Amino acid sequence: MSTFLQYILSGVTVGSVYAAVAVGFNVIYRTTGVLNFAQGEFVMLGGMVAVTLAARLPTGVAVAVAVAAVGLFGAGLEWTFFRRLRRHTPLHMVVITIGLAILIREAARHVWDEKVRSLPFFSGTSVSSLRLFGAALSPQVLWVLGIVGLAVLALHLTFRHTLAGRAMRACAANPDAAQLAGINLGVMRTLSFGFSAALGALAGCAISPLTLTQYDMGADLAIKGFAAAALGGLGDPMAAVAGGLAVGLAEKLSISILPAAYEDATAFAILILVLLVRPHGLLASRSAARSG
Amino acid sequence: MKWGTWGAALAAAWLAAGVRGADEIRIGALFAVTGPAAALGAPEARTAEMLAEKLNAEGGVLGRKVRLIVKDTAGNPEKAVSFCKQLIEEERVLAILGPSTSGETLQIKKLCNDEKTLLLSCAAAETIVNPVARYVFKTPQKDSQAATHIFRSMAGRGIARVGVLVDNSGFGQAGKAQIEALAPTNGIAIAACETYDKAATDLTDILAKVKAQNVQAVINWSIVPAQAIVARNMRQIGMDVPLYQSHGFGSLKYVQQAGEAGEGILFPCGRILVAEQLPDDHPQKATLMAYKQAYESRCKEEAGSFGGYAHDAFALVIAAIKAANSTETDKVRDALENLKGFAGVSGVYSFSPTDHTGLGLDSLEMLTVRKGAFAIAPAAAKQP
Repeated sequence: MSTFLQYILSGVTVGSVYAAVAVGFNVIYRTTGVLNFAQGEFVMLGGMVAVTLAARLPTGVAVAVAVAAVGLFGAGLEWTFFRRLRRHTPLHMVVITIGLAILIREAARHVWDEKVRSLPFFSGTSVSSLRLFGAALSPQVLWVLGIVGLAVLALHLTFRHTLAGRAMRACAANPDAAQLAGINLGVMRTLSFGFSAALGALAGCAISPLTLTQYDMGADLAIKGFAAAALGGLGDPMAAVAGGLAVGLAEKLSISILPAAYEDATAFAILILVLLVRPHGLLASRSAARSG
Repeated sequence: MKWGTWGAALAAAWLAAGVRGADEIRIGALFAVTGPAAALGAPEARTAEMLAEKLNAEGGVLGRKVRLIVKDTAGNPEKAVSFCKQLIEEERVLAILGPSTSGETLQIKKLCNDEKTLLLSCAAAETIVNPVARYVFKTPQKDSQAATHIFRSMAGRGIARVGVLVDNSGFGQAGKAQIEALAPTNGIAIAACETYDKAATDLTDILAKVKAQNVQAVINWSIVPAQAIVARNMRQIGMDVPLYQSHGFGSLKYVQQAGEAGEGILFPCGRILVAEQLPDDHPQKATLMAYKQAYESRCKEEAGSFGGYAHDAFALVIAAIKAANSTETDKVRDALENLKGFAGVSGVYSFSPTDHTGLGLDSLEMLTVRKGAFAIAPAAAKQP
């Protein structure tokens, strides 16, 4: 029983990171119609910048600065590349994001190097352990869950209840009508990249003590995050959270009956099955998928 | 017109290469400078470059300079194969140092042997030199020797039931085969054996599965950052049995990443990590200290066993060229195979037609992590 609980905890931990990446996918997809495959690179950059700053600053300050810097970087990316390419189809832009992901990864290798780094644990050390109904976990897991949960909630509230959030949703629902209503489409798209990058960076900082940060960690995260977003249904950030947790749990629970080597295969097999039955995702409605 | 220009450029390049090639000795290197095995390949490339520079500054070998051509395989076997072909066919190298990983080496073993190009692999898997290929050698200790050290240490501590974790790289899989083959004769029962992805970042699930089997120790056999994650995750889910790692743990970086969780890890390793602690009359002391000091002052990082593998590969080729007094492949090969008592970083090499590793069981020492540094583990046999 405690072993089973341990699997659940592992699943929720990795799942929450996939969820953060999946939400990032969604935020950009909703306002621009682009799937940004450089999303994993934002996670890596967040971790890298924070680790570098943490050498001189307190961890909390380093994380805050890193999140702000990567958020600006994401916004800058939109402003430099995507704003100029608006005439191109979303498919072109998706390919460009893949190119950017490779570019950022290689640049990170030159700025930092190939070595693995990590932030200090937010509380306790690498051996701290909390007991929970016979299972045990690192306090950092709670930090990851709390930080990612709060960030996603904050994002959700921003979308629902602030003018900028509503404007971003308007751009997703109908770009032409939104522009006629006086919403600056370009600014909204820049904002969505900025938010998405900041969220990725925050997740990157929170997981750094657990999973370590390396320049090439982004690609795997982008694939899993995309799987989570597709599983939940593109277009709805809250569905992405559920998708992320589902992918994480599927991966980790599969180990109770299958060898660990089949973890990824299980997660993707479930994704393919779900998409065969419900092409628009588990939770999103058909219209949400189309309107994106 | 365009083709004509290209043709002229090519011809010029070929001529230039021909002129350059006349007095240089070309040595190729395939290292995983980037990618998941970068912790191996990067120090290996830095080491080889450092040694080549030093040799050339001292006038080269047989009065000729050495040109080292390093290719970054990123740990990818397909890239290793195509770079290997390029080194053999275009650069016409005398010998190839590397690759860094066993998976890559096994992909090019036959190629190098068929093309009669010396290969001095820096990877550990037994299958690289067993069966012996005429032109293929390797510098790290064998997996079976490392596994034997681990099992002896376990016997001394009364451990009989273990869980085994390996990564899905060539190194991990070759290690798994050796552990499973040698465990029964050493009286060790393997209660659980799990393979994880070499890019894995969370292993709490696998460890929970192993923990449920009530093992007395865990063996982790991999070369990737997961080595540090295993140590951390074990402590986080409340496992306090001893953790044994392979000789792939031989870098202080992994200890730093493991942090406090790294304390007490046991692993068999060459002596570079404890060079200062050796007596002055140890046959490897001079080589070890010279390499360690040169590497650390140049690269501003701790010397580890991986760089040592590249050190030995380079030094052995040069020693064989000197002994053969020639750069003909077959003469150099014969000289290398007959080399005896060559003190390198990983041990004292004595090759023979049946042994292309050249290192004995005594080339490894059981080490442990104490206060964030490496120390020689107390001899297991002395314990009750």
